[in-house]
Amino acid sequence: MIAAAVTRTEEAPNDTIVRVLREDGSLDPAHDPKLEIDEVVHLYRHMVETRIIDERLVTLQRQGRIGFHIGSLGEEAAIIGSAFAMRQQDWLFPCYREFGAALLRGFKLQRFIDNMFGNANDPVKGRQMPDHYTCKEAHWGSISSPIGTQMTQAVGFAWGAKIEKKALATLVYFGDGSTSSSEFHNAMNFAGVFKTPSIFFCRNNGWAISVPVERQTASRTFAEKGVAYGVPGVRVDGNDLFAVIAVTRDAIRRCEAGEGPTLIEALTYRMGGHSTSDDPNRYRAADEVKPWVDRDPIERIRRYLERNKAWDDNLEEALREDVDKRFREAVTAAESTEPPSLASMFEDVYKKMPWHLEEQRDELLAGPRAPKAH
Amino acid sequence: MPQMNMVQAINDALRLEMARDPRVVIMGEDVGKVGGVFRVTAGLFDEFGDERVIDTPLSEGGIIGAAVGMALYGMVPIPEIQFSDFIFPAYDQIVSELAKYRYRSGGEYPCNMVIRTPVGGGIRGGHYHSQHPESLFIHVAGLKVVCPSNPHDAKGLLLASIRDPDPVLFFEPKRIYRAAKGDVPEGDYTVPLGSAAVTREGRHVTVLAYGAMLYECLDAAAKAAEQGVEAEVIDLRTLWPVDIDTIIASVKKTGRLVVVHEAPKTGGFAGELISLVCEKAFYHLEAPPARVTGFDTPFPYTLEMEYLPLSHRILPALLNTAKA
Repeated sequence: MIAAAVTRTEEAPNDTIVRVLREDGSLDPAHDPKLEIDEVVHLYRHMVETRIIDERLVTLQRQGRIGFHIGSLGEEAAIIGSAFAMRQQDWLFPCYREFGAALLRGFKLQRFIDNMFGNANDPVKGRQMPDHYTCKEAHWGSISSPIGTQMTQAVGFAWGAKIEKKALATLVYFGDGSTSSSEFHNAMNFAGVFKTPSIFFCRNNGWAISVPVERQTASRTFAEKGVAYGVPGVRVDGNDLFAVIAVTRDAIRRCEAGEGPTLIEALTYRMGGHSTSDDPNRYRAADEVKPWVDRDPIERIRRYLERNKAWDDNLEEALREDVDKRFREAVTAAESTEPPSLASMFEDVYKKMPWHLEEQRDELLAGPRAPKAH
Repeated sequence: MPQMNMVQAINDALRLEMARDPRVVIMGEDVGKVGGVFRVTAGLFDEFGDERVIDTPLSEGGIIGAAVGMALYGMVPIPEIQFSDFIFPAYDQIVSELAKYRYRSGGEYPCNMVIRTPVGGGIRGGHYHSQHPESLFIHVAGLKVVCPSNPHDAKGLLLASIRDPDPVLFFEPKRIYRAAKGDVPEGDYTVPLGSAAVTREGRHVTVLAYGAMLYECLDAAAKAAEQGVEAEVIDLRTLWPVDIDTIIASVKKTGRLVVVHEAPKTGGFAGELISLVCEKAFYHLEAPPARVTGFDTPFPYTLEMEYLPLSHRILPALLNTAKA
């Protein structure tokens, strides 16, 4: 149990940061989530896959083959660890930086890459920019660009389950910038009042595009914001896979026990830009990144695995080749897939197409067509 | 057949549907023990309990955001916004989330819910209790917008809205909450969304209206008839998607058009309706279409009866259009 690190409302705010994976690669037994070594390998593979896909997608964007990507460089432990801790019946409400979690939950790589190209096989039919996919089978919400909107929705979803007495929890991802939005307040307040089985997972990655955390809050921590809403908060080393899993599981236990929501502040760092449209060199000193390179979550897990004789260079090379191959195949398939049909633009606005959309569809189909290179 | 007012008819629809469908949940400020500031949800808290008739914290954005989440889960929430003037803190959740969820998820996630909210002026409510903001929502792809004018339609339209697979914004004209009375069938029936009603037949000019202003139009039409002008008054009932066939058939018959609404003139729904008629029946028009609307000012308190497009302003528009 991580309860000792949880800031309960009746206690003074607690700055303790839960850490499990020590510098030397050993685990703190007090919070050890006791993963099987195979599970750690499984998660390491997903973290590496996430990192490689991130790098490849940036390259594709630079080549002009996709329009945009918003990555998770350096935040893989926070994302993969929290998603892994959630049970199969639970639901995740994404921010936009968590494709690694979606893949871990069963979102097919091909569908993700199709989304990056907005083609006919894109789960959202080319209607949103890249990284704004959805996947109901993975119990994964739909991604919205406006900040924080998913928070009240995650609370409402969990609330519905509570009313129907179904045992599930929701986890909602958001960044430190989202805590400035009214949605954060609304969601925390509703979750606190109605004790919904909700987990608020704040990735404190240091930056909201070019604005640092000091411009998001005057609070000492994001976790202590829970105090105002009667929601316990916990701070965790977000680059420590084991610690993230431990605190998320603890939050699930609280949901199961009917104790309501938990706010998790995962301390991590956005090692890249906000997105491929952003150049962090304009507002961030290069030496700020260096300490976080040393805390790279993937390197830490690799050291752990090697210490436990569960990983080596050959396995690493095979993994990288496998991811690279699957990625290249997915890109080839996605690039050769047609765009969504013209008529599809008018579908799903309503369940049944009303007269005005039928008219506008027919008008578009009658032409003229937009130039190809737009 | 029992007589009911609008409040009773809407309450009857809510009770009926809550009993029929366990997924239906009412949520909002004061909707529980008090039964809503207009008593529209009176008695439902006692009948269905606090998990289905939920007094929420005072936050429109929270109410709608949480309701969207409930709808995604598979419930059918009916959030109430106490006055439509208070809906704007929830505007982003309605416009960017609720209305878009089905589309942006490739059809995976429908949002079956109805937002109920009292609308309109004439109750001495001043600026923040009197606005009629339908055009701001009609412009939003993915929403359906309804505004009944009588108890029979209010019950039937609300039942249809709750069962509709798409999100519906249900504007309840509070000026006629208790003033509009009529026969309301007991038990289940629906008034289909997207169907207008020809409330008064006429051959000289078509009048399009909805909500409380329908009665002003009927009054003006009765007075116009005394002067030999027979106005055909159409109650739109569903504002969007609007019943275009009924509108065009009427304009083709009369050749003339007047549109009436409480909301400000510029960018209002009347402009859209006139454009539609011009696109589809321009050569049947024998006179310029006219709009009788609220003014492009914030809603005033003392002078609200001068602001509203009441029959004394509608009548000259009917006569002038009919004779132009």
